[in-house]
Amino acid sequence: MGSITLKQVTKNFDDVNVIKPLDLEIKDGEFIVFVGPSGCGKSTLLRMIAGLEDTTSGNIEIDGQDATHTPPAKRGLAMVFQSYALYPHMSVRNNIAFPLKRAKVSPAEIESKIANAAKILNLTDYLDRKPGQLSGGQRQRVAIGRAIVRQPSAFLFDEPLSNLDASLRVNMRLEISELHKSLATTMIYVTHDQVEAMTMADRIAVFNGGIIEQVGTPLELYQHPVNKFVAGFIGSPKMNFIEVPNTETNETTSLGVRPEHFIISQDAGTWAGKVGVIEHLGSESFLHVTLTNGTTVTVKADGDCPLEYGDSVFLTAQKNKVHTFDTNGNTIKVNN
Amino acid sequence: MATTNSRTLARFMLLPSVTLLLAWMIVPLCMTLYFSFIDYNLLVPGDKEFVGFLNYEFFLTDPAFFESFFNTLYLVTGVLLITICGGIGLAILLDQAIWGRNYVRIMVLAPFFVMPTVSALVWKNMLMNPVNGLFAHFAIWLGFEPIDFFAQMPLFSIIIIVSWQWLPFAALILLTAIQSLDREQLEAADLDGAGPFSKFFYIVLPHLSRAVTAVILIETIFLLSIFAEILVTTSGGPGYSSTNITYLIYTQSLLQFDVGGGSAGGIVAVIIANIVAIFLMRLIGKNLEG
Repeated sequence: MGSITLKQVTKNFDDVNVIKPLDLEIKDGEFIVFVGPSGCGKSTLLRMIAGLEDTTSGNIEIDGQDATHTPPAKRGLAMVFQSYALYPHMSVRNNIAFPLKRAKVSPAEIESKIANAAKILNLTDYLDRKPGQLSGGQRQRVAIGRAIVRQPSAFLFDEPLSNLDASLRVNMRLEISELHKSLATTMIYVTHDQVEAMTMADRIAVFNGGIIEQVGTPLELYQHPVNKFVAGFIGSPKMNFIEVPNTETNETTSLGVRPEHFIISQDAGTWAGKVGVIEHLGSESFLHVTLTNGTTVTVKADGDCPLEYGDSVFLTAQKNKVHTFDTNGNTIKVNN
Repeated sequence: MATTNSRTLARFMLLPSVTLLLAWMIVPLCMTLYFSFIDYNLLVPGDKEFVGFLNYEFFLTDPAFFESFFNTLYLVTGVLLITICGGIGLAILLDQAIWGRNYVRIMVLAPFFVMPTVSALVWKNMLMNPVNGLFAHFAIWLGFEPIDFFAQMPLFSIIIIVSWQWLPFAALILLTAIQSLDREQLEAADLDGAGPFSKFFYIVLPHLSRAVTAVILIETIFLLSIFAEILVTTSGGPGYSSTNITYLIYTQSLLQFDVGGGSAGGIVAVIIANIVAIFLMRLIGKNLEG
């Protein structure tokens, strides 16, 4: 069991409002990712769910019970911190056993739970080491192990991979996804990295300035962003925005085209431009094209793209792949 | 920068200060050693003849030596106990967010800046005096007979005075150590269901172990040579009940004018200090390693 419901939750630090009234329903067993730029309130909301920050107003319900003022230990949630927050003077075994000992679990049961967690996380050989003697990835796994043994109703992850190097991050991403599939426990995962969000989430909540811009599955967000912010935040490389004067209303609308949705031609097309730097990644190339109106767009091309620096090209957007935004940045629904 | 040339230069540049420090230490030590082997009493003029280990024999078989040896031990351990326990408590209190916290911290440090003689006098005349002291007034107000601190419990009184002086030092070192504790560890412990006592014993205290070690080592060095507080308050009495080794050496050489005996005592004190240092480093020094 691990459904969490937020009802009109707000948070003020002194006079500064960091989270505006916010509703969110997290279903049991779901992997939800809070993503957004730094300072958008996503970590604060996670800490409020954990009970580490007071809720200024509104209600937090866990499994249908109001938990707004429940102390952290009584909420049945486990958290993995960005700094791992392992206890440095305790061995890995004692780190994992710490929550169990506090809960007065019998020694035999503690032993079996540790053995089980160590097996799942590949920590069996490291149980008697101190956290200081472990690598970043191993420490991360110990922190997860400490969370698992409590059998929480939900896991909270606060940017857990941001201290790891790139290749390890990819591995840990897989391991956490794998863990979610095998445990089928609710997980709330905070990150500023949209790649992590896209690859791991069942649903993503995009935060910006203390509000949730949009909640949806990764593909929903990618295909149907509700506004320019979500459109620009989800997807890598970022969506290109091309300003177009609207002759009917005398306002400028912005067209959003993802780099992978351009058709490149050397003869004719919607936009003319000059090729700038080309980034060859082998499987694909990214062209930085400066259009005649001065906008620079990123275009995804084949890995063996024959174009060179300074070439003239014409770009056309693929059909039905253009997003249109009004002056306020909201998506204009296209009726087709 | 580690060429042969630069290293030679570095050694050469170090030479003056090292020489000075060495001379500063070696010359008095050698003179003390020399004095400790001769019959040198300021009241008996004449030849200062070599007497072998006689001075040491007299000093070490003096009943006052054993008493003052144990007094030194009680004094050091007593003050360490009070300052460490009190210091941890005070540090935790000072770590709380209270109004005017910065001013409170400066005030707490104040006793450390008061000269030992002055603080001993303040305690002797204003607090512990059996007639005029604040404690005496308080005892009378409660209906008790005032305690004559320096007559009834001289060593304990001195322990209290010295503790008062060193408590701020311990508290300040421990406070900075507490502040360096990762807050996420405490939050993790919160989530793990640890109460205030579990958090203190399993997370705060282990984190403080290095700072406590440093405080013990530094304080021990200074507490072995407590002198001014004893001179000002009890003069080592009644009898030898509040005499420590340092004070015993002083009485030997400057009150009995026995320079030879005093020097022998000095060498004994050096040896004791070294034994304590080795003992301490063995016992708790490993806490300081990485």
